[in-house]
Amino acid sequence: MPEATTPAIEPPLAHHFVSMRQQTEAARLGMWLFLVSEVLLFTGLFTAYAVYRFLYPTVFEEASRKGVELWAGTTNTFVLITSSLTVALGYHFAKEGRGKLAAALLAVSLALGFVFLGIKAIEYTNHFHEGQLPGKFYHFAEVQGPGASMFFTLYFIMTGLHGAHVVVGMTVLAIMAVRAWREEFGPVHFAPIELAGLYWHLVDLIWIFLYPLLYLI
Amino acid sequence: MNPSANSVVYNTPNYLDAEGGVRSWLFTRDHKRIGVMYLVLTTSAFALGGLFAMLIRIELLTPGPTIMSAMTYNRMFTLHGVVMIFLFMVPAIPGIFGNFFLPLMLGAQDVAFPRLNLLSVYLYLVGATIAVWGMIQGGADTGWTFYAPYSTTTTTKVVPILLGAFVIGFSSIVTGINFIVTTHTMRGPGLTWDRMPLFVWSIYATSIIQVLATPVLGMVLLLVAIEHSFGFGIFDPARGGDPILLQHLFWFYSHPAVYIMVLPAMAVISEVVCAFARKNMFGYKAVAYSSLGIAFVGFFTWGHHLFTSGQSAFDAGIFGVLSMFVGIFTAIKVFNWTATLYKGAIKFTAPFAYVCGFLFFLVFGGMTGVALATVSLDVHWQDTYFVVAHFHFIMVGGTIMAFLAGIHYWWPKMFGRMYSEGWALVAACTIIFGFNATFIPQFLLGNMGMPRRYYSYPAQFWPLNVASTAGASLLGFGFLLVLVYLLLSLKYGRVAGANPWGSRGFEWNTPSPPSALNFPVPPVFTHGPHDYQDRGPGEEPSPTPPPEAQHA
Repeated sequence: MPEATTPAIEPPLAHHFVSMRQQTEAARLGMWLFLVSEVLLFTGLFTAYAVYRFLYPTVFEEASRKGVELWAGTTNTFVLITSSLTVALGYHFAKEGRGKLAAALLAVSLALGFVFLGIKAIEYTNHFHEGQLPGKFYHFAEVQGPGASMFFTLYFIMTGLHGAHVVVGMTVLAIMAVRAWREEFGPVHFAPIELAGLYWHLVDLIWIFLYPLLYLI
Repeated sequence: MNPSANSVVYNTPNYLDAEGGVRSWLFTRDHKRIGVMYLVLTTSAFALGGLFAMLIRIELLTPGPTIMSAMTYNRMFTLHGVVMIFLFMVPAIPGIFGNFFLPLMLGAQDVAFPRLNLLSVYLYLVGATIAVWGMIQGGADTGWTFYAPYSTTTTTKVVPILLGAFVIGFSSIVTGINFIVTTHTMRGPGLTWDRMPLFVWSIYATSIIQVLATPVLGMVLLLVAIEHSFGFGIFDPARGGDPILLQHLFWFYSHPAVYIMVLPAMAVISEVVCAFARKNMFGYKAVAYSSLGIAFVGFFTWGHHLFTSGQSAFDAGIFGVLSMFVGIFTAIKVFNWTATLYKGAIKFTAPFAYVCGFLFFLVFGGMTGVALATVSLDVHWQDTYFVVAHFHFIMVGGTIMAFLAGIHYWWPKMFGRMYSEGWALVAACTIIFGFNATFIPQFLLGNMGMPRRYYSYPAQFWPLNVASTAGASLLGFGFLLVLVYLLLSLKYGRVAGANPWGSRGFEWNTPSPPSALNFPVPPVFTHGPHDYQDRGPGEEPSPTPPPEAQHA
């Protein structure tokens, strides 16, 4: 173990728990259940995607070829996976009590989050200029026919909801980075950064499903 | 139950007196106070929903227009449904009794996440405020099911109602997560799964549905709101959308939601039956596992709402059969409750009267449910008053009876006062009779072909509609009676002891009202719940052998 094994701040045990172990277990289970509910939130959208993909297979394929930029989606996939790696490393070092290093790694993740949002913003701007918009706003000449606007309806709702999750995740990571910098975490108390990491991995995982659905197939 | 806790002297103040002032309530993290907040909020919602119901029944008193226009009538039945389901029946029993008693029954000091628990109250309050604001703006006229494309094109204020229900959904998810985690991680020493009170089992099953199904509803409500606001065409056939998809997604939540409403009711009944029959639950494990069975099967029955919506006959048949499985699990519970009564020492009190009402409504409503799950019969009854009467019997009858049974049973524990037993029995009879008088005519009307949600009807349906309205008036009077004597009991009621019913439920081992700090010493559990074995009524439990000697 490195020198900084004792955290600067005593791990807070809430009054209603009997032990730190019970508190950590409760927090972990709660987070997993929350992630399950998040997955189901997106499941409604994935179902809608499956139904419309089945109804309009050719138009969806065409829209995916001509409507979205493959480079943007691919780059963003790498950006998010890398950010998940740095979060996992940050968690690892926070647990070892190396708070400053953990904070730096979380800051890298945060920066990658901004890169992701930046690329997404460029894509959204293009969609607006090309008229690749949902429902009645749709006026993209290259892909026409029933279901063409539906692809972009789903595209905007799915990536929009995912983007909102990215923003929330980045906020959480920023808080964790500050707390890690203050050496709040150590071998005993690491639950908050673990939960933040789980959330970020989920955000990443959802993108890993969105990427092939919207950009590849 | 923990005999050792009886000897502990409670020198801490009870949860009501522990802190004074409005602030101490608004920022409380005490699960008991949060339960009381839910009691006030959901009961207010119930009064609002009941007001809408009365207006509907008054309108239907005559075949033609009576007191309102057709448009107002459409709004009334929509708001009645939305308020009763999202603001009362889904949150009521878990919010009130789950919050108050789950930690007490588990020997825990609080739920696992007290701050999130408070957040759930505020999410409920915010959602309810948005919905009520929408109602003041004119309300929606789509029916509580929000079917497209009408819901996406109507000019009424459907968006605030949708968003209100969306926000309340998160309150429900948070509560569900809290209860699951509490049950898994906060059980006191010795409280194994097969010693848990049946109330906890059933609330646990409810929470699973809340966590898994509510997000899907949230998504679909959001999609309808987006489409209504911006015309994205998600469910609009004119833009390539599929309105049937909305129905599938909607019922994927809303059918399991029926079990979100009725499983907590079953939770309450399991406790009350044991307490007033003074017997152990017959078939404890069967009752516990059937709760999980209902929760599981409930996820695969949503298609029975789409028998006439363009689903294939094969799908309809499968969904029909799966729906009937719910009947099996429900029957297991009903038989076990009645078997518990057999040779019990029954005390016929107000809570027990509601148990009887519950059993009647559940069996009657359940059997008509099995009939409705039969595709060929359903086609005849689809969208008639038969369906309305069926789901009011099973959901409303079931939930309200259990709610009232629970509120009477636990009132002395929650507030330390006894209500007037005589008036309570009068009110129970009024409510049960009124409920039957309201909805039995609707079964008959539905079978004669009267469609639901219609503003006017042919003259031959008139007498039965008058009967239904008369029943509803009686029902409303009964509820007012309950409200009055319960509120009066807070001031004038006889002070209740720690355990006025002589119940063996774990939660009765605390003073009434419970101390702010639940247990000065964490209780140790040495046997299963409702332990009435080998002892006469009123007799205290004998000293229990050490835990390792017992196998529950």
